[in-house]
Amino acid sequence: MSFFRQVLAVTMMNLKTILERSGSSIVIIVGIAGSVAVMVSLLAMAEGLNSTIASTGQDDRVIILREGSNSELSSGVGMQEIDIVLNSPGVETIDGNALVSGELFVIVDLKKKGAEGTSNLPLRGVQPMSFKIRPELEIIEGRNFRSGTGEVIVGKGAYDQYEGLEIGNKIKIRDNFWTVVGIFSSDGDVHESEVWADLSVTQSAFRREGSASSISVKLEDKKTFDDLGGYIETYPNLDLKVQRESDFYEDQSSGADLIKYFGLTISIIMAIGAVFAALNTMYSAVSTRLVEIGTLRAIGFNGSSVLLSLMLESMILATIGGLLGALIAFVLFNGMTVSTLAGGSFTQTAFAFAVTGEVVKQGMILALVVGFFGGLLPAFNAARQDITTALRSV
Amino acid sequence: MKYWSIVKSGLVRKRARTTLTILSIAVAFTLFALGRSVAVAFTSEVDFAGEDRLIVSSQLSFTQALPLGMKQRILALDGVDKVVYRQWFGGTYIDPRNYFPKWPVPNDFFDVYPEFKVPEEAKEAFSRNIMGMIAAKDIADKYGWKVGDRIPIIADIWPKSDGSVWEFDLVGTYEGGEGGEVYFNWKYFDEARAYENGQVGQFAVKVKDASQAESVAKSIDLLFANSSNETKTSTEAAFARAFAEQVGDIGFIINSVLAASFFTILLLTGNTMSQAVRERTSELGVLKSIGFSDVTVMSFILYESVVLCFLGALLGLLVAASLFPFFAEISISFAGEIKFGYSIIISAFLVAFLTAAVSGVVPAFSALRLNVVDALRKN
Repeated sequence: MSFFRQVLAVTMMNLKTILERSGSSIVIIVGIAGSVAVMVSLLAMAEGLNSTIASTGQDDRVIILREGSNSELSSGVGMQEIDIVLNSPGVETIDGNALVSGELFVIVDLKKKGAEGTSNLPLRGVQPMSFKIRPELEIIEGRNFRSGTGEVIVGKGAYDQYEGLEIGNKIKIRDNFWTVVGIFSSDGDVHESEVWADLSVTQSAFRREGSASSISVKLEDKKTFDDLGGYIETYPNLDLKVQRESDFYEDQSSGADLIKYFGLTISIIMAIGAVFAALNTMYSAVSTRLVEIGTLRAIGFNGSSVLLSLMLESMILATIGGLLGALIAFVLFNGMTVSTLAGGSFTQTAFAFAVTGEVVKQGMILALVVGFFGGLLPAFNAARQDITTALRSV
Repeated sequence: MKYWSIVKSGLVRKRARTTLTILSIAVAFTLFALGRSVAVAFTSEVDFAGEDRLIVSSQLSFTQALPLGMKQRILALDGVDKVVYRQWFGGTYIDPRNYFPKWPVPNDFFDVYPEFKVPEEAKEAFSRNIMGMIAAKDIADKYGWKVGDRIPIIADIWPKSDGSVWEFDLVGTYEGGEGGEVYFNWKYFDEARAYENGQVGQFAVKVKDASQAESVAKSIDLLFANSSNETKTSTEAAFARAFAEQVGDIGFIINSVLAASFFTILLLTGNTMSQAVRERTSELGVLKSIGFSDVTVMSFILYESVVLCFLGALLGLLVAASLFPFFAEISISFAGEIKFGYSIIISAFLVAFLTAAVSGVVPAFSALRLNVVDALRKN
C-alpha cells in the first residue's frame, strides 16, 4: 500500500470518528475560531481606519503647513502666503486660475448620537477652488453652501455620527446659528467626517481673519512636486512645509498602525492559549485511541502515515475553526461604521470596518499555525508509541 | 489542607495535561490583566483626579484660549481657593515618537496639584529660572536627563517670536500623580511665543469644599455667560471622562473583544477540567468505597480546580506584567496612559476564584452524586 493511501485511509477513519469525539473536536474549533475572530475584527478595524485616512491623500495633491506643524490644527498660514503659492510653478490651472485653496481647520463641539458630552467635530472653511481640487467630493443630498453665508454642508460620516445635522437644521457654532444645506460624500475618506463652510465666514466667526490652517494645491502632474517645493523652500522669509497629500495622510494614519499592532498582540496571545487548548485536546484524543493506533501499526501502517493523518485531522479542525472565526467577525463587524479621535488632529474620524481578503488570509494563517502546533506533539507521540505498549493499554 | 496529598496526586496524574491547563488559564489571565488596564483607561476610573479641582476651558472648543485676566474674576468667587492655569504645548523632543504632554505652568501650579511630589528646592529653582522645567521622574529617566541639562523642544503650535528652538533647563523632577508629564516656566513661554500672549489654555480651580464643586462650576460659567469668552467648567474627573468618551466606540469594541477572548479560553479550560474528572470516575469511586464522604470527594475536585486557577492566574499576571511596557506603548494612541494597578491584580484573583467555582461545579457535583457501584463498574 502506498504511503499516500495509508495516510488517506487513516485520515478518513479519524474523520469518521470525529462525531463520536465531538466534545473535544469542538474545543479545538472554538478555540481557533475565537482567536481568528479576535484577530480579524481588530485588523478589520485598523484596516478600515487606515484606508479611510490614507485614501484621502493623492500624490498629485499637496498640502502646505507651517514649518514644524504635524497637523492642520497646529498650523497657521497667512492669506498673503496663499498668494505666493498661487504664482508658484508646477501648479495646475483651469482657465488661468491656479488650483490653490486656503483652508481653515477648526474644531466645533457637538454631541455624537447617544453621547453625554460633546465631541470634536472638525469644521473646514474652504474656498471655491477646494471643490475643483477634490473632484471626488460630491453633494449627495441638498445643495452646496453659498459663499459668504452661514451655510454648511456636512460629510456623510459626520451626518451619521452626530445629532442634528439634518438638512434644514440650524447648528450653533460660536455666536451664530449655521444652516445645514447639503450632505456630501467623498469616496469614504476623512473629509466625510467634516463639516465644510465658506472660508471667509469661518474666519470671521472664529476670529481668525487673514489666516488659514493649510493650503491645498493640485499639481499639474505628480512630477511637478519638486518645482513647487523648491520654489516655496527658496522663497525668502517663508516658513512653510510642502508635503504630498499622500505622505501627509500616511503620517496621520499612524494610529491605525498601532491598532493593528494591538490587534496582532492580542490575537497572538490568544492563539497561544488556543495552542494549549488544542494540545490538551489532541493529547486526550490520541490517548483514547491508543489501541486503534497500535492496531493500525500492527497490521502494517507505518508511523509516519499515522503522524501525518493525525496532523491532517488537527489542520482540518483548524481550518473549520478559522473559517468560523472569520465568518463571526464578518457578520458582526463588516461595514459597521464607528468614529474615534484620530491622528494628530484631535478630531473625530468616522470609518467602516473592512474585513478584506488580506485580513481573512492573515486570520487563516493564524488558524493553520495553531492547528499545526496543536497537532504536532501529540501526533508525534502517537506515531512513536511502541506497538506492544499501545496494544497492552486495553 | 490535610488532603493536599490527594489533591496533588490528582494534579500530577497527567502532568502534561495539568501543565497545559495551567498555561491556558495563564493566557486567559494575561488577556484579562491587559484588557482591564485598557478598560480602566476607557472608562476613566481615574483615582488621581482631585474631587476639589475644576477645569475651566472655553465653551467653544478645548483649543480656544482664554485671557489670563479671567483668573482674578474666578478667584473673587465664593468657594474658590486657588486658580492656576496651563496651556497645551505640543512640540517634539528630537523625534515625534518621543511623546509626552508638555505644559507651561505658573510657579504656584503645584500648590493645586499636591499629589505631584515636587521637592521644595525644585519649586524654588523653577521660580528663579525663567527657562526652568520640571519633569516626571519616569520621563527624565527614560531620556537620561539630569538636573541642569538643557533640553531642546521643537515647536509646532507655539513657535517663538524670534523663530529659534525652545530650550529649557531641567531644574528638578517630581513623582506621584499620573506621571509622564513635563512642565515649563509660564513666564518664558508667554514672553517668547509668537502669538496669543497673555492667553491660557485652561484654568485649574481648587475649591475650598469638594462638596460644593458643582455649584462653584455653575457660578464660574454664569460669570462669563454672554461674554466673548464663555466657559465650560467641569470637575477634573468629568473632564477626563468626556475625553475618554470621544475615543468612543473603539474603546467599547476593544473591551468587548478582549472580554470575548478571555471567556473563550476559560470555556475551553473548563471543558478540559471536567474531562479530567470524568476520566477519573473509577478512582473517585475507590475513594468513596474506602470511606471518604460524598462531600469530601466533591471538595477534592473543587480544591483541585482552585489550585489550577490560582496558579494560572498568578502566572498570567506575571506574564502580563512583563509584557506591560510593550503593551502600554502600542495602546497609548487610543487608550492614553495605562497603568498596571493593584485593582487589576485583586480583580484577577477574584475572577480566578469565580472561574474555579464555575468550572469546578459541574464535575464536583457529579463527583458528589457518584454512585460507588456504578463508578467501580465503569472500568
